[in-house]
Amino acid sequence: MTAVEHVGKALAALVAAGIGCAALGVLTTLAELSPGLKSVLNFYDPVGPLSGKTTVAVIVWLIAWYALARRWHARPPVMTSALVATFVLIGVGFVGTFPLFFELFTAH
Amino acid sequence: MSLSAREFWGVVHGMVLGALFLLAYGGGLAGLYSLRPDWVTPAGVRERLMRLKLGAWGMTIAAWLTVLTGTWIVYPWYRAKPPVDADLRFFPRAYLLAEPQRAGWHTFGMEWKEHVAWLAPILATAVLYVIYVYGEELANDTRMRTVLMVLFTLAFVAAAAAGLFGALMTKVAPIL
Repeated sequence: MTAVEHVGKALAALVAAGIGCAALGVLTTLAELSPGLKSVLNFYDPVGPLSGKTTVAVIVWLIAWYALARRWHARPPVMTSALVATFVLIGVGFVGTFPLFFELFTAH
Repeated sequence: MSLSAREFWGVVHGMVLGALFLLAYGGGLAGLYSLRPDWVTPAGVRERLMRLKLGAWGMTIAAWLTVLTGTWIVYPWYRAKPPVDADLRFFPRAYLLAEPQRAGWHTFGMEWKEHVAWLAPILATAVLYVIYVYGEELANDTRMRTVLMVLFTLAFVAAAAAGLFGALMTKVAPIL
């Protein structure tokens, strides 16, 4: 594996992980905002909407990983930009899954 | 001396996998921190890389098993809806929400725990993958090693928040 290839593969994995975390944060917050979405995400009744939020987030993460790895394997992005994006996306994941934040959007 | 099926899965989810995760995090972080060519010989780098891979595998497997058992096995018992006139002590979510003084354990503690925990396996998997992609080259790349240590620590923070609330909530409303 060349240096370019391993940088591209590594950055794809890192940014995709950020996308997966952000997907969970966004879905958690949107599910509070929209009872309809919360109901759609209820894939398995004993687990409730958590079943859909986590399943969809994992699928988004894996698809993003595959897509970015294909795109960046020969031409990796600027490392600093990719790393900044990774940490911002992870931040979205942490904030979006924090109850004091997502409960601000709870539909009454 | 015996454990019910629910207690058994609670122990596996919270104590066995949680302890494994903590051990693996310590090993993985130490491995990343000490993987420096100016500290060890080339043979030492190879040996430390092997230990690092073991730590990262341990953390990743423990993180996935913890969230999978927690979400799909233990959580349904926690959120089961009680029939009318049921003893609420056997229905932890309903038991917590029945009293305003206890409700915060669910509305904050459980709501945070059940979501944030899922960030840990995603982050741990990315770290594990990058360790394999870089291999021994990781010893020469201080920036990537630092990034991986931060991600490893974020995975640990997510799991630790979930684990802490899990332990506290087990005292307030155990799954019986």
